Amino acid sequence: MSILYLLLPLSLLFVLVIGLALGWAVFSGQFDDPDDAGSSIFHEPDT
Amino acid sequence: MIDSSIAADRLETFNYKVVRQFAVMTVVWGIVGMAVGVLIAAQLIWPQLNFDIPWLSYGRLRPLHTNAVIFAFGGSGLFATSYYVVQRTCQARLFSDKLAAFTFWGWQAVIVAAAITLPLGYTSSKEYAELEWPIDILITLVWVAYAVVFFGTIARRRVRHIYVANWFFGSYILTIAILHIFNNIELPVSLWKSYSAYAGVQDAMVQWWYGHNAVGFFLTTSFLGMMYYFVPKQAGRPIYSYRLSIVHFWALAFTYMWAGPHHLLYTSLPDWTQSLGMAFSLILLAPSWGGMINGIMTLQGAWHRLRTDPILKFMVTALSFYGMSTFEGSMMSIRTVNALSHYTDWTIGHVHSGALGWVAMITFGSLYYLIPRLYGRASMYSTRAVELHFWVATIGVVLYIASMWIAGVQQGLMWRDTATDGTLVYSFVEELKTRLPYYVIRFVGGAMYLSGVFIMAWNVWMTLRGQRAVDPAVPLGEPQPRSAAIATPATA
Repeated sequence: MSILYLLLPLSLLFVLVIGLALGWAVFSGQFDDPDDAGSSIFHEPDT
Repeated sequence: MIDSSIAADRLETFNYKVVRQFAVMTVVWGIVGMAVGVLIAAQLIWPQLNFDIPWLSYGRLRPLHTNAVIFAFGGSGLFATSYYVVQRTCQARLFSDKLAAFTFWGWQAVIVAAAITLPLGYTSSKEYAELEWPIDILITLVWVAYAVVFFGTIARRRVRHIYVANWFFGSYILTIAILHIFNNIELPVSLWKSYSAYAGVQDAMVQWWYGHNAVGFFLTTSFLGMMYYFVPKQAGRPIYSYRLSIVHFWALAFTYMWAGPHHLLYTSLPDWTQSLGMAFSLILLAPSWGGMINGIMTLQGAWHRLRTDPILKFMVTALSFYGMSTFEGSMMSIRTVNALSHYTDWTIGHVHSGALGWVAMITFGSLYYLIPRLYGRASMYSTRAVELHFWVATIGVVLYIASMWIAGVQQGLMWRDTATDGTLVYSFVEELKTRLPYYVIRFVGGAMYLSGVFIMAWNVWMTLRGQRAVDPAVPLGEPQPRSAAIATPATA
């Protein structure tokens, strides 16, 4: 199963990227106010 | 870069043109892809329907059907809704009009090339990745342009928060790029023939690493992105739990990648790899149901609207099918269940419960919300036609999947039935003969589903006929103004 030497690093790289994105999102305050975030799509009229 | 950015920011409008193009083509490709599906379903009942023409034989039309419904219908629907959602929620025009136009025409060229080469028999023989290398390269170019437009728009957003739907769309765009490139590494020997860089079970592992994640990211996270914008909008209330949406997004992103080996149970793949795939498939049930519960519970306090609003009916039915098919998928990845279900029509039933029930229905619901707004209307031309479409489609799906479940379980049981002396009780053809009534019911269900899309096409035509296409101005100053720290200037 030499293919796993390609697929496992690739998938682990993905986990790393996802982890970094999650870290950025949390520490840059993206998730600080989930209630307001949920209703944000109603702040502007679209019709 | 774009006309509006030269003038004052205030004059910036949304790019609805590319959204309109993709939205209309979604309906067109829906009819084409599903019509091919109904034709090959009929061929399984009446084999004469291939008319002894190789181009119309089942083996060549089946990949055309899957490519057309997944990449032409589903893909166009995703381009349309992701471009719309990213602009509305970021309150910014698409990053580049030219690149956005390139993604539209490039994607249509890919679809037309597929519709020509697959019936001619040009195939790399990898499921859901049959297209030969020149088309693979064009797909890669279009996809990179898509990523630039999408993430570029997020970078120049005017609001601080990135709405959760964009996370789902973003992860789908990124993952599909990687999957497509690594699964299609191949050696061309002529213009329309190439060989995979991997061999044997290695190739199978890459193929199903791709194949399962294509289902996971192209047909699940992306359509959840659609769900997270259009369900709250149509219901007129925010998503049930924004916190749950965050948690289940990251859980899905971390776990989906590892489930591919469940397509290769009882093969020469090492046992531990099979077990890993099976374990992750079971874990996946939790984040999958997180999305389903979140969507359905959004209607809390608005359930009465289901009686009168067929668009909400589409969305809630889609979410129910999503919950059902993800539960079924996790169960089917258990070895002992898979021993019965694999290679039978149960798999076909499972796929269509996800594809017709979840993917297509959430797309119909979203398009019924989206299309009138692209032409300056508040609603579709005929709500009764939407209602009719809903019922025709729902009854069609139920007929389809119920017949395939019964046929599949019967196949599995008859194939494995052994007499006391160890011989098989039924020959293959004895089992084959029992399928006829189920295939007829499946054909009727599929034809009903297709007729629903024709109703939609008529309704869309009546909605946009004589209407002027609108490109509304980007509303500025609400809720939070763009600041230099958040986004790069539009004049970049």
